[in-house]
Amino acid sequence: MEGAPSRTPYRLIATQVSRHRVAAVIAFLVVLPWLTPSHALAANILIFGLYAVGFNLLFGYTGLLSFGHAAFLGSGSYATGVVMVHYGWPWWLAIPAGITLAALIGLCMGYLVIRSRGIYFAMVTLALGQCVYFAFYKAEAITGGENGLRGVNVETIDLLGWKLDFQDPITKYFVMLVFVAAALWFVSRLLASPFGAVLESVRENEKRAAACGYDVARTKLLAFVISAAICGLAGALRALHLSIVPIDSLHYLTSGQVVMMSLLGGMGTFFGPFVGAATILWVEDVATILTKSWQLVVGVIFIIFVLFFPRGIWGSFLHWLGRR
Amino acid sequence: MNHPILVAENITKRFGAFVALKNVSVAFEAGRLTAIIGPNGAGKSTFFNVLTGAFAPTSGNVNYDGHDITGKKQHEFARMGIAKSFQITNLFPQLSVLENVRVAVQMRHSRFQLLTPRQSMKGLIDQAEGLLNLVGLSSYSSQTARDLAHGQQRCLEIAMALACDPKLLLLDEPTAGMSPEETLVMMDLIVRLADQRTVILVEHKMKLVMGICKRIIVLHHGEFLAEGTPDDVRANDEVKRVYLGQSI
Repeated sequence: MEGAPSRTPYRLIATQVSRHRVAAVIAFLVVLPWLTPSHALAANILIFGLYAVGFNLLFGYTGLLSFGHAAFLGSGSYATGVVMVHYGWPWWLAIPAGITLAALIGLCMGYLVIRSRGIYFAMVTLALGQCVYFAFYKAEAITGGENGLRGVNVETIDLLGWKLDFQDPITKYFVMLVFVAAALWFVSRLLASPFGAVLESVRENEKRAAACGYDVARTKLLAFVISAAICGLAGALRALHLSIVPIDSLHYLTSGQVVMMSLLGGMGTFFGPFVGAATILWVEDVATILTKSWQLVVGVIFIIFVLFFPRGIWGSFLHWLGRR
Repeated sequence: MNHPILVAENITKRFGAFVALKNVSVAFEAGRLTAIIGPNGAGKSTFFNVLTGAFAPTSGNVNYDGHDITGKKQHEFARMGIAKSFQITNLFPQLSVLENVRVAVQMRHSRFQLLTPRQSMKGLIDQAEGLLNLVGLSSYSSQTARDLAHGQQRCLEIAMALACDPKLLLLDEPTAGMSPEETLVMMDLIVRLADQRTVILVEHKMKLVMGICKRIIVLHHGEFLAEGTPDDVRANDEVKRVYLGQSI
């Protein structure tokens, strides 16, 4: 249709942003705490943005809609909290513990669900997510049950003699950003890799991907586990951020929230999940001051986008840039 | 006679009470362009699906190069060197034409490589471009696959099937839904491909295959009816009877 893409300034921006997508997202996250009404909101956006990035790897890039991803966010939080509170592990060792547990639960859930498709996939992940919820809920002695797990405290961080005050919101935010940045770099490399191409081909046409010689089930399972691990990291950071692990981290509403964030931001785009997380949390933050029924505001925005801008906020923006 | 590359032995396929294939035994010679033909409902597509592993036969088995491949998983076929094109076009619709073929080429080199950028694997891109050239789609490589015309999509599918460098290529009605011009292009392509590998073709339109195939197998009502050169088949009374009223 067209030879060389015309070099309008808009196109140029679009190509540059997509070429340096990790740098662009990190640049946004670096300035974010000074844009939001509160530092706590910025930290929330950071954590839920990463959670949505992990989810989007499965939803937007592999084409699998999971309604049980809270299991990974929550188990990441709990594993981090439990090893710190009950076993006295240092925070930097507790984060890999969170990632590992989430990945292991991802492996088990993935193994059970990977052969079902579409609505069945969504329903089975929802059911398995609820199983994880009740398992943690009932294990009160370890997890604190309904009250959540308290006392996940990190006072200071000692970096080879350089002491950082983790209670300071900005310091805490930037420590977490280091982990988020590493995860984003990993996801970006993954998407650009041959395996990323296989994920897309599975999303596009499973039958054809299999006929090309790709083991669709194993590909999906690996995507599921990596997605779970990234959500687990988001959960681990959330435990450190909140100093407690609330039981609602495992709740199905948390699973639903990440679906909304991805759809609103733009599924299958790199930055979309962050845009979605930022929009929903920001609107929630502002609307709760104005009205008790803030969910109504979020819901109306969501419906408008699903109906009129199915590419989501960021997806529509990219589309608009590309057409100029 | 060449050695047989693909042998179907006593294939029976039932769907509930319906018998789609009844005790079909066929040997396909290596290096030959063979067509499976038959009137509507002859069981051609079922037979194709059994040969390519999409359906497991109710009884009987399929041998490839002396190995039993009955019940192998779909992805194992491409890795063994058996490629196929589907009756209904099956592409990666939202990916570019080049990426469709590049992903297919990539299979033999890297399936679970997580951190190398795919753009740095120039060899794969070159191979994909070569295949696009072969099927005449070079100038469309940056287009989205779903935007291609129907005939071009079928050619793209063949390029994807060729990506695993198959020894055996199976095509299910490659000219289905094509205009007469597109059909000619496709037939020409198939003849060229058959120079280098074994090609098995399922076709509804008998006239098309008569001119290009070395060997023809006729199915009727799920049973083996006749086999031979186009001339043998044309002269066969049984075949004349089932194709009653049609010129062959």
